[in-house]
Amino acid sequence: MHPVRKQRLIIVLFIVVFSSLAIGLMAYALRENINLFYPPSKIAAGEVPQNTRIRAGGCVKPGSVSRASDSLLVSFVITDGGADVPVTYSGILPDLFAEGEAAVVNGMINDAGVFEATEVLAKHDENYVPPEVAEAMKDKGEHQASCKGMTYDS
Amino acid sequence: MAWQWFHRLGSPRWFYEKTQAWLPWLTAITLVLLVVGSIWGLAFAPADAKQGNSYRIIYIHVPAAFLALAGYYIMAISGAIGLIWKMKLPYMVMKSAAPIGAALTFVSLVTGSIWGKPTWGTWWEWDARITSMLILFFLYLGIMALQQAFHSRDTGDKASAILALVGTVNIPIIYKSVDWWYTLHQPATIKFVGESSIHPSMLYPLLIMVIAFYCFYALALLLYTRAEILRRESRTQWVNELVARQAGSVNHDIPVKGGSAV
Amino acid sequence: MNFQFDSFASFIAMNGHGPFVWAAYGITFAVLAYLLASPLLQRRRFVREQARQQRIANRNPD
Repeated sequence: MHPVRKQRLIIVLFIVVFSSLAIGLMAYALRENINLFYPPSKIAAGEVPQNTRIRAGGCVKPGSVSRASDSLLVSFVITDGGADVPVTYSGILPDLFAEGEAAVVNGMINDAGVFEATEVLAKHDENYVPPEVAEAMKDKGEHQASCKGMTYDS
Repeated sequence: MAWQWFHRLGSPRWFYEKTQAWLPWLTAITLVLLVVGSIWGLAFAPADAKQGNSYRIIYIHVPAAFLALAGYYIMAISGAIGLIWKMKLPYMVMKSAAPIGAALTFVSLVTGSIWGKPTWGTWWEWDARITSMLILFFLYLGIMALQQAFHSRDTGDKASAILALVGTVNIPIIYKSVDWWYTLHQPATIKFVGESSIHPSMLYPLLIMVIAFYCFYALALLLYTRAEILRRESRTQWVNELVARQAGSVNHDIPVKGGSAV
Repeated sequence: MNFQFDSFASFIAMNGHGPFVWAAYGITFAVLAYLLASPLLQRRRFVREQARQQRIANRNPD
């Protein structure tokens, strides 16, 4: 390769490596802020800002969902295996919201330690299966493992 | 020997004439794959057990996002080759790749938003995956704008190539964002290592659509680059002759003496 | 591999997800069509403009 071209190649590599390094360090410094939500164990450990709106995300604990008979009020528990956070919400839940599925809730923690959500989003996993196959997997008990696709540690 | 081939590939005229014969084939393959993949995905693939029919958006959302990312590398690498070897053709490819990449990024953002409403319950959420994809869209737009911002085309080419190179860091961030941070967006379904987490009856049409979008990308890039070649080489004799031939075949009543007579 | 819907009407409705799915496909194919049409129109415009300039040049040989 011609020496002038080699020099320009080095400059190009320089631009790529150093801009990646700069932006990588920035992303590392902001890593907590880039997370969309806090897992329940961080909330239980008190590692989240108080008296501000936050998002929490986790698995909707099977058997924890209870709906009021006369209003849209619903309460449930989200968990990440390490800790549980009770949530109350008044409104229409997304279609994919279900026990054993992941959800992201947006709101504030009150003095009693209950998360008062103003928005509930369903977080679905990356698995796609036809209904018959899902049915067959249920019989074998494979699909019972709740929130199987979610990782809670990072 | 390899370098000789490389330098011939850098000739706009050689590229223009060589790719002429590819266009009908590429068009036919792209259209067939797009039609087969869409009909298969929309009507013949089974519905998802949890999401029902809304998941059918995956057949355009994932291929568009794939090409939005792969197209960025094509653009940045073309820019790097242009900077290092000072060849004309790579800059033309780089300039052509920007609007195609921007359009495909737009498609993946819009289809993702439409998919998000019935599944997540929101059109938009500022999570790491969605936000980094929006940054990619603005990068593409910035590269297009920077190209036009200078009086000298050469300066515009160099500046936008450098911006494209700086922006490459965003591509692995987009790809890994769902693993590095807590996001609303689910992790990747098609995995390069290990088994994909989608049933084969739903995977086959998805693979067809991914190949279809790759072919479409190649076709669109060729068409844009060929138009750019004509514009940038408009003062050369071969383009003048080509214009005379084309215009002559359309308007027989107007005699054209130029071109070959010059 | 079977047709997954009972009727054409249920294919359009997609159990209520029809508007989302069809809007996504409609927008996508509109953008793809634009990406093919745009360079072809640019090329045609270029050839027409250059041919016009060639005619002017031929009419006024200097």
